[in-house]
Amino acid sequence: MIYLKAFIVGGLFCVIGQILIDYTRLTPAKILVGYVVMGVILGGINIYQPLVDFAGCGATVPLTGFGAMLAKGTREAIQKDGALGILTGGFTASAGGIAAAVIFSLLAGLFAKEKEK
Amino acid sequence: MAIQKGKSTLILDNQPSIVASASVVGKKEGEGPCSKNFDMIIDDGYFGETTWEKAESKLQKTAVNLALKKNNLTPNDIDILFAGDLLNQCIGSVYGMRDFKIPFVGLYGACSTMAESLIMASLFIEGGFAKRTCAVTSSHFCSAERQFRFPLEYGCQRTPTAQWTATASGCAILEKHQENKPFVKAVTIGTVADYGINDVNNMGAAMMPAANDTILTFFKDTGHSPEDFDKIVTGDLSAVGSELLIESLKKEGLDISEQHRDCGLMLYDRNTQNVDAGGSGCGCSASVLCSTLLKELYEKQTKNILFIATGALMSPTSLQQGETIPGIAHLLHISI
Amino acid sequence: MKYTPKQYKEISKEMTYRTNSFKNCIFAFLIGGAICTLGQALLELYKSLGLDKNIAATCVSVSLIFLSVLLTSLNIYDKIAKYAGAGTLVPITGFANAMSSAAITFKAEGYIMGVGAKMFTIAGPVIVYGISAAALYGVIYYILTLI
Repeated sequence: MIYLKAFIVGGLFCVIGQILIDYTRLTPAKILVGYVVMGVILGGINIYQPLVDFAGCGATVPLTGFGAMLAKGTREAIQKDGALGILTGGFTASAGGIAAAVIFSLLAGLFAKEKEK
Repeated sequence: MAIQKGKSTLILDNQPSIVASASVVGKKEGEGPCSKNFDMIIDDGYFGETTWEKAESKLQKTAVNLALKKNNLTPNDIDILFAGDLLNQCIGSVYGMRDFKIPFVGLYGACSTMAESLIMASLFIEGGFAKRTCAVTSSHFCSAERQFRFPLEYGCQRTPTAQWTATASGCAILEKHQENKPFVKAVTIGTVADYGINDVNNMGAAMMPAANDTILTFFKDTGHSPEDFDKIVTGDLSAVGSELLIESLKKEGLDISEQHRDCGLMLYDRNTQNVDAGGSGCGCSASVLCSTLLKELYEKQTKNILFIATGALMSPTSLQQGETIPGIAHLLHISI
Repeated sequence: MKYTPKQYKEISKEMTYRTNSFKNCIFAFLIGGAICTLGQALLELYKSLGLDKNIAATCVSVSLIFLSVLLTSLNIYDKIAKYAGAGTLVPITGFANAMSSAAITFKAEGYIMGVGAKMFTIAGPVIVYGISAAALYGVIYYILTLI
C-alpha cells in the first residue's frame, strides 16, 4: 500500500513540475529552486510531515522533501543548540545527500566521458 | 566597381566566381536529405580530438583543405580568408585556421556568418584587393550546447520550436569571374532587427524580422521580383520562422512561397531526425550552400538563387540580463 | 515589417508549436512515480536490515544519488529524461544529474575551475536558496521560541 501511495504522490509532484515546464518558460534551475524553497516553507509550517507520514518516499524523494528536511533539521538544531542552530541545522540535515552528490559527481568528472547526441 | 543601389545593396560589376567549395558534416547531418552532396561525413563527433571545440576547429580546417584540394591550390594561394563560428571569441575559426598562415579576418554574425564572410570575400575581389579569397564557417552541436545551453548529459526536454545546431562546416573559394562557375551578382547587407522576441527556444521567430527586412530591401533596391529566382533560400529560420516569413512578406505584397527554401529544413528530415523545428548554426547554411545549392548551380539545375543567411545575435550574458534577441540577415544573389 | 513588435510577439506566439503536454505529464507521472517507489523499496530494505529510520532515509537519498550519477556517467540519464521531463528533474536524482553532468562536461576546463567550480552551475542555486530559506525559517522559529 505504501508503495502505491509513494508512486502516486511522487508522480503528482512530477506532474506539477511538467506543467511548469510546458506552460511557463521557467528554466529547470528555477523550477528546482522553487521546489526546494516551497519544501522549506511547507516543512516550516508543519504541513509537509503529514504528507511524509502518508506517502513515505513519495514525499521525501522529490526536491520538496529536501527542502522540508532542511527546515526540520534547522528546527531540531535550534531546539538543541539555540540560535547557532539557525546556521548549522540545514547543512547538518542535508550533509549526507550533498556530500554524496559532490563526491560521486567528482568521480564522474574524473572517469566519465560525454557522448555525442 | 560595384554600384550602390539604395542604401544597402551592391550590384557587383566584376561578378566574382565561386570556383570551389567543400562541406564537412557530422553523422546526423550525413543521414539527412543532403547526404549525397557532402564531401565528407564524420562518424565520430570528437573527430579524433579530445574536446568538442577542437573537433569544431578541425571541421573548419578540413573543409578549407578539401576546397583547396579540389582546385589543386595550397594555403599560400589564398590572399585573404574570412571565417567565423558560434564560439566565444570565434575560437573555432582561430584554432582551425592558425596553421594556414593565410591573412585572416574573424567574423561574428551568429548563424548568418556564412553570408557575411561570403559577402566580404566577394567584395575583396570585386574591389581588386585580392585575387583569391576564402570564406569558411562552422558550428558543432556539442560545443554550442555546452556554451549556450546545458551539459550534454543533462536531462532536459527540448521544446518543439527549438532548433538543432548543425555539426557542419562549409568553405567556398572565390576568384575573378569565370565562365561556367557560379558568381555573385549582388549583395545586400542587413540591419539589426529586434522585434522583442526573448524566447531562446524560438530563434526562428527572433531572426525572421531581419530576413523580412533584408529581402524587402533587396527587391526594392533592385526592382527584381521573386519569379526571377529559382530558389530563395533563407539560412536557418526553420519551420516556425519560415512560416512567419512567408506570411509577413505576403503582407508586404511579396509572395515567395513558391521559391522559398530554408537550409535548416533542407539539412535534416524533421519527421525522422528529432531536430524539432529544424537546424541552425553557422555550419547549417554553410554546409547546405557549399554542397547542395552550389552543386545545383554548377549543374545548371538552378540559374539564379538568393541566399539569405540569418543570425540571432544574443549571448548567454545578454539573455540572463533579460535582453531580447536581435536578428540579422545578409543576402547574396548567386547566379550562373 | 508591417507588424509592430507587440503584434509580432502575438503572431509568433500563435504560430508556436505546443508540446503534447498531456503525454509529457503521463510520462513524468509514471517515471517520477517509479523513482519514488524505488526509493520506498530501498527504504524498506534498509529498515529491514535494522537501520534507524533517519539513517535509512539518508541512505535512500545517497543510493538514488549514486544511481543517478551512474546513469549520467553511462550516458543514459539524459535519454530517460527526454521522455520523463519533470519525472527525472524533480526527484533528488535530477539534482545529482545536474551536478554530475556539469562535472563531466567541464572536465575539459580542468579539475579546479572546470569540474570543481562548474559542478554547481545548475545545482548550486538549489543549495544556496535551500540553505538560505532554511536559515530564514530558523530565525523566525528562534524568535517564536523566545516569546
